[in-house]
Amino acid sequence: MTGMENTRAHRIGEVILAVEGVSLAFGGVQALKDVSFDVREHEVRAIIGPNGAGKSSMLNVINGVYHPQQGTIRYLGREYHDMDPHEVAASGISRTFQSLALFKGMTVLDNIMAGRNLKMRTNILMQALRIGPALREEIEHREVVEGIIDFLEIQAYRKMQVGRLPYGLQKRVDLARALAMEPRVLLLDEPMAGMNLEEKQDMCRFILDVNDQFGTTIVLIEHDMGVVMDISDRLVVLDYGRKIGDGTPDEVRGNQAVIDAYLGVSH
Amino acid sequence: MKKNWPVILLCLVLATGLVLPLATGASPPGFYVEVLLGGLMAGVLYSLVALGFALIFKASGVFNFAQGAMVLFAALAVARLSEQMPFWLAIVLALAIMVVLAWLIERLVLRPLVNQEGVALLMATLGVTYFLDGFGQTVWGSDIYKIELGIAKEPVMVLEQIFQGGILVNKEDFVAAIVAAALVLGLALFFQKTPTGRALRAVADDHQAAQSIGIPLNRIWVIVWSVAGLVALVAGVIWGSKLGVQFSLSQVALKALPVVILGGFTSVTGAIVGGLIIGVGEKMAEVFLGPVLVKAFDLAGGGIENWFAYMLALLFLLVRPEGLFGEKHIDRV
Amino acid sequence: MLYRENGQFKSSYSSDQQMLPILQDRVLMIALLAIAFVAVPLFVSDYVFLSLLIPFLILTLAAIGLNLLVGYCGQISIGHAAFMAVGAYAAYNLALRIPQLNFLVVLVLAGFIAAAVGILFGVPSLRIKGLYLAVATLAAQFFMDWLFARVKWFTNYSPSGSVSPPPVELFGWVLDAPAEKYVFLLGVLVVFTLIAKNLVRSHIGREWMAMRDMDVAAEVIGIRPVYAKLTAFAVSAFFVGVAGALWGFVHLGSWEPLAFNLTLSLNLLFMIIIGGMGSLLGCYFGAAFIVALPIVLNQVPAWLGVPISTATASHLEFMIFGALIVFFLIVEPHGLARLWAIGKEKLRLWPFPH
Repeated sequence: MTGMENTRAHRIGEVILAVEGVSLAFGGVQALKDVSFDVREHEVRAIIGPNGAGKSSMLNVINGVYHPQQGTIRYLGREYHDMDPHEVAASGISRTFQSLALFKGMTVLDNIMAGRNLKMRTNILMQALRIGPALREEIEHREVVEGIIDFLEIQAYRKMQVGRLPYGLQKRVDLARALAMEPRVLLLDEPMAGMNLEEKQDMCRFILDVNDQFGTTIVLIEHDMGVVMDISDRLVVLDYGRKIGDGTPDEVRGNQAVIDAYLGVSH
Repeated sequence: MKKNWPVILLCLVLATGLVLPLATGASPPGFYVEVLLGGLMAGVLYSLVALGFALIFKASGVFNFAQGAMVLFAALAVARLSEQMPFWLAIVLALAIMVVLAWLIERLVLRPLVNQEGVALLMATLGVTYFLDGFGQTVWGSDIYKIELGIAKEPVMVLEQIFQGGILVNKEDFVAAIVAAALVLGLALFFQKTPTGRALRAVADDHQAAQSIGIPLNRIWVIVWSVAGLVALVAGVIWGSKLGVQFSLSQVALKALPVVILGGFTSVTGAIVGGLIIGVGEKMAEVFLGPVLVKAFDLAGGGIENWFAYMLALLFLLVRPEGLFGEKHIDRV
Repeated sequence: MLYRENGQFKSSYSSDQQMLPILQDRVLMIALLAIAFVAVPLFVSDYVFLSLLIPFLILTLAAIGLNLLVGYCGQISIGHAAFMAVGAYAAYNLALRIPQLNFLVVLVLAGFIAAAVGILFGVPSLRIKGLYLAVATLAAQFFMDWLFARVKWFTNYSPSGSVSPPPVELFGWVLDAPAEKYVFLLGVLVVFTLIAKNLVRSHIGREWMAMRDMDVAAEVIGIRPVYAKLTAFAVSAFFVGVAGALWGFVHLGSWEPLAFNLTLSLNLLFMIIIGGMGSLLGCYFGAAFIVALPIVLNQVPAWLGVPISTATASHLEFMIFGALIVFFLIVEPHGLARLWAIGKEKLRLWPFPH
């Protein structure tokens, strides 16, 4: 494991995404309070914390699904706090969801092809007639999607309705769709929730491969401490909407506040 | 404040439109008051039908497109039954029929569809509308029937001292307004004070929580639909006595849709206020705005009433979708 | 045994993505088209054309339009006949005031005008959905009803409010025989079905379906809701506008303002519910059902020896419609198209039970 850490450590680049002083409230509930941290390019950053700490809300803010009352997100030099989700997606950030947000009425293939949507350029008229550029584009993107399907080993299921697949496979389709967007930053919301040991190992492998092969920066929320400590470069710890820890797994492991809040029992 | 300005602007425009005919002297005050009163009366009747909508939506989350058909069905029942028996008996029997109808709808339509989203349920109630229309006419016949309430139909001249020429007020409308007000008051008391009413409100808030404290969901729904049936009956009798019981009654009831939009789908107060606003707005638009438009665009006649309510609802939907008194809906991801 | 895909391997993406990947389906389609275009005009009576086939073809086109919006993009519309009216009146005014225009050009232009109106009434869908949107579409319905009845320019100042467009003429060939009208309409429908199928399987189709299934997730993967929804309204209105023009010109011949009223809107909706939302084949089934039902209701009692009056028949029609809507929503929300698909699945194994 140490050799791998070294090779990965030296690939980590400059800060690509920075959360600055973000506060978010719904009605009376304060979901996030003055949270700030940064994410470096090519690294695997984990956000951990007890239930209700505001982790999913944090991803939603980065995504543009929620607009924070205070604070900004800085990404690739641009500052924003009220971008729409599709604009954020267009700038290279994609994500998966804790409760799968797959398009239930479509097949696996269509779901992943939907992720290619940002890259598709032909207009409606060409699509209606399905000639020339439109047809070529469909085939081009189909090839890319097939590549992702091979990568995540879901070839046998490509024409099935996603609703009929077992949970573990649905999670893979969710990941495939996010990957289809060719993101620079990938936000993963509990990608291993509800999986057995084998499925978790597969998912870990996929995530690390994505980080290795495509250089994608990964920000992930995860509860399984073993996984988190193994694959992350750095951690952020949230509790009741506040940041209480920030650093490498070793640093955070020793942080008393974090231990008090949550790391009482190790797996 | 920033988010509220479109609503305020809209209300200002409407208020201006409301007083314009009076302010510019384009119409004699007596006539203006007549139109206003006419609008209020019509509004009361809309509110009655809208009340049925709001009740069902409040308790079961279902938008009952069939409310109009229920009004017609109830009216038909009363009209035909009262041909054979004393009026009070006809009403009682009709009420019993509406309760049975409510139970059937809950059992056959709502329960199987309990897991589908709102649109499927909306379309199911559309199906129920069609079915009730056909069924009602098969059972009760499709001529125009009369309901005799025993109230004089001729309008009465009042307030001759204040307004020149006096104002024509329809006694029937007046009685209708009183009855509607009494019904609303009764319902409000029912919801607030009785255990059943409390159970209904619990169900409206959260189905699962209500079940977990032992409230029988299905029975509640039957009660709600029966109450809606009662409201439909009252509305049907009043409308029917005014217009005669005929097929177009269910079309008229469709107008109650904009009312619940304006008032908010879950609010009883909203149904009332919305009904009054739509009733007045419609009449005013038809009487005062209509001729202006006809002149300006060389139109073939008025008929603004047919769409004014919906356009108003549309405008409100754009600036305040939850209606004046409805609850805001937050989508959590 | 007959209906199996065994041995039909695809070696390129384009062959995998074609419309009818299974050979038996292709053969069936060619046979069907041959029968429809050649055999039917030769052997079918005028009555069948006028009362069954011609309305069926036009209503299928309208149903496809509505299904694109409701079934594929998930935006409810219960006032869609308003767009048929726009198409019809636009075509009428174009044909009247610019008589040199080829009828096909008139149709396409009418479609574009309907699409523009569709975009306008689609704007509310950007802020509201579900049954709120349904009420907004009702506003469109009633407003259009009023507009075409009252603004005299649209009806060319006709005193009764009704209009009679000139007969349809294509490249010198006047369409007056029912068989001629049928072939023309069939051609139009086939072309439009192809276009719809292409749209549905390309990325705009996926955008629509994504918006239908989960609009928040769709936004997160980069789909712009405004573009997706408004294009759905535009394309849907285009189809429906052309259908409206055809309905007025070819089927009705002349019409009054209330020809495109709420009843027609609700019929369109029923067609796609019964036929199957999100299925183009379902549009065919639904339209066939709605067109055939009144006729069946009129004829069957006579065959059975039980006479019923036309009034009762029409009440029965309402009751059966209503009951069927509820039935389909409960039992098979994906309509006849799903039943057909299930049938095909069983056919793959036939004659074996499993």
